Amino acid sequence: MPDPTETVTDTVVDHSVDAGNDASPAEAMPSLSTERDVVFRSRNVNVYYGAFRAVRDVSFDVHKNEIMALIGPSGCGKTTVLRCYNRMNDLIRTARVTGSITYRGTDLYDERVDPVEVRRRIGMVFQKPNPFPKSIYDNVAYGPRVAGQKKGLDDIVENSLRKAALWEEVSDRLTDSALGLSGGQQQRLCIARAIAVGPDVLLMDEPCSALDPIATARIEDLMQEIKQDYTIMIVTHNMQQAARVSDTTAFFTADVHSENDTRTGILVEVDTTQKMFSNPSDERTENYVTGRFG
Amino acid sequence: MISRLSDDKSRAAIAASIERRRIDTRGLLFRTLLQSCLLVTLVLLAVLIISVVNNSADQLGARLGDFLSGTLRSQSSDDRLGVHQGLYGSLWIAVIVAVLAFPVGIGAAVYLEEYAPRNRFTAFIEVNIRNLAGVPSVVYGLLGLALLVKGNLFGLDRLTGGSSALSAGITLAILALPIVVITSGEAVRAVPVSLREGAYGVGATKWEMIRTQVLPYAAPGILTGTLLSMSRAVGEAAPLILVGAISGRLGSDPGLLDLSALTDQFTALPIVITTWTVQSGRDVGFTAAAASAIVVLLVFVLLMNSAAIGLRNRFEKKRG
Repeated sequence: MPDPTETVTDTVVDHSVDAGNDASPAEAMPSLSTERDVVFRSRNVNVYYGAFRAVRDVSFDVHKNEIMALIGPSGCGKTTVLRCYNRMNDLIRTARVTGSITYRGTDLYDERVDPVEVRRRIGMVFQKPNPFPKSIYDNVAYGPRVAGQKKGLDDIVENSLRKAALWEEVSDRLTDSALGLSGGQQQRLCIARAIAVGPDVLLMDEPCSALDPIATARIEDLMQEIKQDYTIMIVTHNMQQAARVSDTTAFFTADVHSENDTRTGILVEVDTTQKMFSNPSDERTENYVTGRFG
Repeated sequence: MISRLSDDKSRAAIAASIERRRIDTRGLLFRTLLQSCLLVTLVLLAVLIISVVNNSADQLGARLGDFLSGTLRSQSSDDRLGVHQGLYGSLWIAVIVAVLAFPVGIGAAVYLEEYAPRNRFTAFIEVNIRNLAGVPSVVYGLLGLALLVKGNLFGLDRLTGGSSALSAGITLAILALPIVVITSGEAVRAVPVSLREGAYGVGATKWEMIRTQVLPYAAPGILTGTLLSMSRAVGEAAPLILVGAISGRLGSDPGLLDLSALTDQFTALPIVITTWTVQSGRDVGFTAAAASAIVVLLVFVLLMNSAAIGLRNRFEKKRG
């Protein structure tokens, strides 16, 4: 098992996110961060599955009310990184996270932190719509119910469905099974379900990958609308989507270990989406966003 | 014109090349083989049912109510044979299996699947539960005889009354337990990861996730498996012989819902069937009685299975 502390010194230089900054790793961050509220700050995050290191030395900040896109080719660890932010990787028996991720100043991996509480504040929307086999109403009310809420559920359900731009379509059939909805509706229902617990952050793992272009456009519009209330991190394979919806973009790529054909994800660059797609600092980013690789 | 001609030629060539040329003999043979397998199964089943119904038709037609309420006798088949005591035993055995084996088995399965660490020890336990499901039922009978009837080790005979319906029920519950654990475990394992993650994603605890997602989703599978195991337990004769089911004349004849007789001497439908079949060599009248008892047991088990299917369909509809 590799020593997590060793990784800090030997690899941080080639992956520190801002080329022009030669200070210590903790300060080697893009300059766009300074003034605004930092929601997440990750430093030298490594994720291991057993002895295998899936992600190496990821460090970046996420700011309030911004949409951050994580892009990169398949197998570069985007989803793995995203799942660190609400302790979802805890559910994988062999997974282990080193380095630090703070949420509004508190270390998410501190032993006093309850992952259940973390997930109430940091909601998640998954790649494939995963409504529960219950009614539309019960899906949205699920989170508040497990949090112990019994009153005012009707209002929460309506507000959440309205925010998720689904209310008009389902208001007359709230007791119908959620499984009868179309794929796009199901995904918006999952967004409503995530919103219903009143989170601060939404993590979206390729939320449109199973949807058609019209449903995708609806979700993208929705993200713009709810951005004023939430901070959003989105993993996407679709570069146009990242360019359309996000304020900041992080580009990941994979280090292929030819000896055993495994890949370790590394963060190449983080910057404003505009800069990432027009004038990126790193050649690998440029090659990727212009379609020359990946 | 020339090109048109060559077009026609090539079209003919293509048509010839994709034309069906031979019959797929092997495929046809394979299909016939599979069909005959199914046929053998169906014929055997049909012969069984027809012969049983044939043998029992007169008896059941003439005195069904009398047969169901009559008692076990061994001297002669004259007219008043009945399965009432056997029904009593089988009914209560089924109830005891349900009360004991279901909660314990389902609980063990959920623990193994959801909470137990994945290591060699739990793998060892799982392998052994599978092995237990394959242990011959006679061995469970021996266990029941030693532990519940003779009262070795814990003196449980004082609780069970020795050879009683209660002992038989507990013995068969132990026999059904591994099957309940295995089928419930499989149903729990089949719950999609996406549902679990969805529940965790909105802040459910492990217990809430299991209660609201895993158990409802797995309910139909758990139910089917457990009720099938109960049908099997109710049909067992060998363990009951060891536990001491009465095969001759049985004096007591409690009402079907009389709890106090649980610790008395007992019999059950499989034992009644065995006894009468053995005696049919001496007295032909017992053949009809045995066939009639088989029909009663079949209907009993069929009713249980249809209840299982009905409940499963209801749960599945609920699951969406």
